[in-house]
Amino acid sequence: MIRESKMRTAALKPVIPGFGLTMGFSVLYLSLLLIIPVAGLILFTLQMSWEDFWRAVSHPQVVASYKLSFLASFIGASINAVFGTLVAWVLVRYSFPGKRIIDGLVDLPFALPTAVAGIALVTLYAGTGWVGQYFEPFGIRIAYSQIGVVIALTYIGLPFVVRTVQPVLADFEKELEEASAALGANRLTTIRRVIFPAILPALLTGYALAFARAVGEYGSVIFISGNLPYKTEITPLLIVAKAEQYDYHGAAAIGVVMLGAAFILLLLINGLQWWASRRG
Amino acid sequence: MKFTKILTSTVFLLGSFAAIGNTILNVSYDPTREFYREYNQLFAQHWRAQGHTAPTVRQSHGGSGSQARSVIDGLDADVVTLALAYDVDALRVRANLIPQDWQSRLPLNSSPYTSTIVLLVRKGNPKNIQDWDDLVRDDVQVITPNPKTSGGARWNYLAAWGYALKKYGSEEKAYQFVEKIFRNVPVLDPAARGATNTFVQRRIGDVFIAWENEAFLSVEQLGQGQFEIVVPSVSILAEPPVTVVDRNVDRKGTRAVAEAYLEYLYSDEAQHLAAKHFYRPGRPEIAKQYLDKFPKVNLFGIDDVFGGWDKAQNDHFNDGGYFDRILEAISRR
Amino acid sequence: MTTTNTLPLTSAEAMQYTPKATAEPGWVKWTLVSIALTFLTLFLILPLVVVLYGAFEAGMQVWWQAVTEPDALSAIRLTLFVLLIVVPLNAIFGVAIAWAIAKFEFRGKTILISIIDMPFAISPVVVGLIFVILLGSQGWFGPWLAEHDVRIIFAVPGIVIVILFGTLPFVARELIPLMQQQGKEEEEASLTLGASGWKTFWHVTLPNIKWGLIYGVVLCNARAMGEFGAVAIVSGRIRGETNTMPLHIEVLYNEYMFTAAFAVSSLLTGLALVTIVVKSWIEWKDERKQKSPSAH
Repeated sequence: MIRESKMRTAALKPVIPGFGLTMGFSVLYLSLLLIIPVAGLILFTLQMSWEDFWRAVSHPQVVASYKLSFLASFIGASINAVFGTLVAWVLVRYSFPGKRIIDGLVDLPFALPTAVAGIALVTLYAGTGWVGQYFEPFGIRIAYSQIGVVIALTYIGLPFVVRTVQPVLADFEKELEEASAALGANRLTTIRRVIFPAILPALLTGYALAFARAVGEYGSVIFISGNLPYKTEITPLLIVAKAEQYDYHGAAAIGVVMLGAAFILLLLINGLQWWASRRG
Repeated sequence: MKFTKILTSTVFLLGSFAAIGNTILNVSYDPTREFYREYNQLFAQHWRAQGHTAPTVRQSHGGSGSQARSVIDGLDADVVTLALAYDVDALRVRANLIPQDWQSRLPLNSSPYTSTIVLLVRKGNPKNIQDWDDLVRDDVQVITPNPKTSGGARWNYLAAWGYALKKYGSEEKAYQFVEKIFRNVPVLDPAARGATNTFVQRRIGDVFIAWENEAFLSVEQLGQGQFEIVVPSVSILAEPPVTVVDRNVDRKGTRAVAEAYLEYLYSDEAQHLAAKHFYRPGRPEIAKQYLDKFPKVNLFGIDDVFGGWDKAQNDHFNDGGYFDRILEAISRR
Repeated sequence: MTTTNTLPLTSAEAMQYTPKATAEPGWVKWTLVSIALTFLTLFLILPLVVVLYGAFEAGMQVWWQAVTEPDALSAIRLTLFVLLIVVPLNAIFGVAIAWAIAKFEFRGKTILISIIDMPFAISPVVVGLIFVILLGSQGWFGPWLAEHDVRIIFAVPGIVIVILFGTLPFVARELIPLMQQQGKEEEEASLTLGASGWKTFWHVTLPNIKWGLIYGVVLCNARAMGEFGAVAIVSGRIRGETNTMPLHIEVLYNEYMFTAAFAVSSLLTGLALVTIVVKSWIEWKDERKQKSPSAH
């Protein structure tokens, strides 16, 4: 956006056509598919009294599920931030056998249905699974515990950090690194003071997207989580449970809380992008 | 709207179903899949033999509560065959789809087959589990789905409660008993089939509280020789009811075939088929032939002990009921 | 997610000319590579192996039976049908909104972009709930729809709508940064030379955004195939009719037909891998195009 406004020659009469058509279509499409339905959900919860709304969203069981959903998403997104950056770095900077295949596979969590991912993960990480059996003797239970929730949420958020950091690293100008080295900085200092600040905005964007996606995830988690109320029950599962008991208002109320959280996150993301583009 | 009409008609062409007046949708719960797959063929033969064109029966399976919810929200069911009367009654309470007297329209409380709740343990019964009392032991892990989302789990819960009530004599004691059981639950799956997978595939837990038919299925097909059924001294008579969804069949003009579909469930052939799929035949004279297949259990009914489904649901499973108290109590420890 | 389409991967030759000061020692490189590969093995490769192993464990014949069984075929047909509607619609929307945002100045762009992003952050469960509340027979528009005999929820249109919702951002988010970066000089030049708007779009803009568009379509396609949570709520799970492939997999899993469940999963994974191969090929082409001197 900013870049474009720089390029814009002042007060030139716009010659490009199609604003009315594209904008009109876009707004119509967005309204029908997104804005009206979301507004409908909010209106629906407005039918509740404030007390009912508050009771629904602040019940200890619901609060416990927020804690799990947000904490597990936070940990999952953090794991992705660390390892995703590492993966992006390795993919951009080094060459090793099988790199192209690995690079292609990074998108797999987008494509694999979440239920399949959940079943595959529980097959691996249950006490009887290929990986889980090596942890079981040490008393570490991965599946059916909070660790299982973190694993699932890490899996589904994996592509976000890699795919936001990767292009920035690839575009990064080597001259800056060389200059830093020429000025006597050692490699670690260069990475810390020159490269890291450059990828930070992208990293934060990827982090926030991975986090936002994880908070709402349902399909994969229910297979690998123990789903125990107060312990391993995620918020989306509670929404389903409420709906199943015909308590649509309660379900919608919790949905609206999650929606609010999601929107704050998005504002954060776009604030970060704005900040990043201003610095770039 | 033209768009959706084109859509639906295209799908109609793509889809494999034909002749709408003769097509009915049976919305059922999870463990009946195998039974109805075979029953639908049986019924098709029967209906053709009566001189009608062959009917198409479409099936939908899922958790009992979520299936009822879908029908209330507009899923076009001609008949529902759910896990418990409460879920069927919700069609009347919430959407007025069926009349007040729906449960007396067919014999045997509209439950052509029944089942009960039994305990499934691992081969050789390593934890020596004999009755409900063993489920509260500290060294036993219990698998059951979540009563909030699974109809079968509500039967589990009420069976345990009824046992404790009978044995220890008071509501308070029964509450403590059931709380102790849920303390031993490491995984609470949203649906019955998920819980079976947890116990059978993932080998979590020492005992699985299950539908009798699911337990038989696990013993005879899933785990060949890895499991044993323990029949508790007392259990609950589970009556999964069926009904025609009046509003839908009248709109679609499928009442005749839908009613015949349910009535035929009471025929000799269907009753034997139910027994084959480990459901207890509802008709006493057929049930008599399967005395050696289905162990004798001291069964109590939900109306006698809990005063019917409405009251049971209200006391135990609704928000703020006993089950919520149990969950809260466990979380505090 | 944002600008992956312009991804010039550094090749081995380029590395050789790098001064020592801007590279890590060999042992650091290999340690980092091993850590990254271990992480990816645990989280990406092993789950994939589980799916493929489960699918082919019982042999090709069993696999073939599982994926050609009538209910599986109808699930495949339905999924492909949904893709045929969802992907073009979201692609057209993506191009339109990217055009509006990149070529024109107006207020509230950030809010507009935030709105486009929303489906990334809304739980699929909530998406399903929204449309049940709005269009279900107890919902606001439900009675009106029933009166006019229009079936949306628990029929194919409902499935299409929730998947449209969930995959709405993919093409748009791919094209917006790309078209912003490219600016509008080329279009302006073309228009000044007397070409019509449509002609300019077809001959100037489209070739420029071709790869970004395809990349967005590939991701949108992948996500649309795999959508589960929202579809589970609005589908009604009618066998052979409203079960998409992910739902059919869940059905099979719940029927204890694990091999069949994994077989259909492997088919979806296969489709996903195809899209990944297509994507890699796109990137490779893109890379070559960028390396060639003809690029602007």
